[in-house]
Amino acid sequence: MSDLRELYQEVILDHCKAPRNFRTPAAVTHEADGRNPLCGDTFTVFVDVEDGRIKDIGFQGHGCAISTASASMMTECLKGKTLDEGRNLFEWFHRLLTTPPAPGAPAGPLGKLAVFSGVREFPVRVKCATLAWHTLKAALDREAKHVSTE
Amino acid sequence: MKPANALPVAAAWDVSRVREDFPLLGRPMRGRPLVYLDNANSTQKPRSVIDTESRFYAEQYANIHRGVYLLSQEATVAYDRARARVARFLNARSDREIVFVRGTTEAINLVASSWGGANLGPGDEVLISAMEHHSGIVPWQMACEAKGASLRVIPVDDGGELILEEAERLFTPRTKILSVIHVSNALGTVNPVKELVAMARARGVSVLLDGAQTISHRAVDVQDLDCDFYVFSGHKLFGPTGIGVLWGREELLDAMPPYQGGGNMIELVTFEKTTYAPLPFKFEAGTTNIAGTLGLAKAIDYVAGLGYDAIAAHEQKLVDRLLAGLSTVPEVRLIGRPKERVGVFSMTIDGVHPHDAGTILDLEGIAVRAGHHCVQPLMARFGVPATIRASLALYNTAEECDALVAGLRKCVEVFRG
Repeated sequence: MSDLRELYQEVILDHCKAPRNFRTPAAVTHEADGRNPLCGDTFTVFVDVEDGRIKDIGFQGHGCAISTASASMMTECLKGKTLDEGRNLFEWFHRLLTTPPAPGAPAGPLGKLAVFSGVREFPVRVKCATLAWHTLKAALDREAKHVSTE
Repeated sequence: MKPANALPVAAAWDVSRVREDFPLLGRPMRGRPLVYLDNANSTQKPRSVIDTESRFYAEQYANIHRGVYLLSQEATVAYDRARARVARFLNARSDREIVFVRGTTEAINLVASSWGGANLGPGDEVLISAMEHHSGIVPWQMACEAKGASLRVIPVDDGGELILEEAERLFTPRTKILSVIHVSNALGTVNPVKELVAMARARGVSVLLDGAQTISHRAVDVQDLDCDFYVFSGHKLFGPTGIGVLWGREELLDAMPPYQGGGNMIELVTFEKTTYAPLPFKFEAGTTNIAGTLGLAKAIDYVAGLGYDAIAAHEQKLVDRLLAGLSTVPEVRLIGRPKERVGVFSMTIDGVHPHDAGTILDLEGIAVRAGHHCVQPLMARFGVPATIRASLALYNTAEECDALVAGLRKCVEVFRG
């Protein structure tokens, strides 16, 4: 049960059941679709960027608890941040999910995103946790509108 | 290594004895006994299959059909015997009708490419079903695209069964082949293939049956089925990966052009022209999966030793138990209620995404598949992006069925929170 609670922390369950910013913002400068063909998860991330800052961000679509909560918390964390701060946060987040923590390593800017550390024990679920982030990156890089985690 | 071989069919099925034949089933998973319920994906291997491959490499290995030396001759004899074993298993008329391939996918690609290339033309139609695995859809789509033919699809009803009246209507004078999955990998439905074959026969339409999900549960007699092609994979029959079988009527295979060119499949090569080897070698270019072939023959021996009647009787008890157990969890929604089925169940849980359920079950040591099971059109038909699929095999137990039901209940609890 400990591994289970480690992965499905209350915060994650809460964001999964009541995702924040689950909407299309009034103004959208960038958007992209993201899809995990393995499990059929699919999200669209919408961003309103003004002067290099994320003025508004939202998402739509459906996915598992991990991908939905991650998308929800991503939007919460990024609203008001600069694009550089956003990119930096994604790097920290990706490292959290894929690299074992070094003792005494700085916590970085992750804040409450650290609740996803349990995903590290489930490598196939890393794609779930990063789907919205990859989709956001595709939107901001103005890459092809369709992004896939496979 | 001879499990229930000596037992009469009517004797009680000793599942614990069967389980002892499968070394991996003894491996603990996340500190608990492994409950392996992903058999529609792939099956575990009995010791006899593992030993056969290992012994071949340790004691008998050489390439086949080429060496003048004794070692190669021995390997060749073993390989040919394996082919004969498969022929007998399927009740084929001749060993020449057995083509070794990598698996079901390659077998269907071979037929779609070779037979389709020679027999499909603009305006022709290929009839498949709405419950085909992607490997029963995409190769035909590719063949249709190449030849200007089109795909028609027999629909599935809410119960997860093919609508035969619709099938009847979908045959047209342009229908060239019917390619249908014998047992659904997602729903467990045993399709009425004899009726479908009869419809096709009456119209001179060829028939391919995909037996990937059949062979671990039911005996297959290709002459009785009266189809033209029957295909399956070894790894779903307790055999090795990378080996599968295409059975085809000899006259059809004979008339088909080769699928791949290379060594082993030729008679005489000059830069001007090549003549091809006779069946089945015409379709076995290059060095084949020799060890896998021997392992497959051994897997067939294993299943035949247990007997399909005994296997089906054991599995039916598990099916009944699991259906009863699932009905006690109101949040679980089974996809399809086929009247004739094997132990393959697709389900969703209200409020729990299949992927999350897969992880929660994994933490209980229960292996199931969560996803679209390579049947995206069928998932779309039932309006679900993904399901949890539990699939049974001859070594599963009543306790494992109960463990799954308890695990599903836990999934509900975690998300009820």
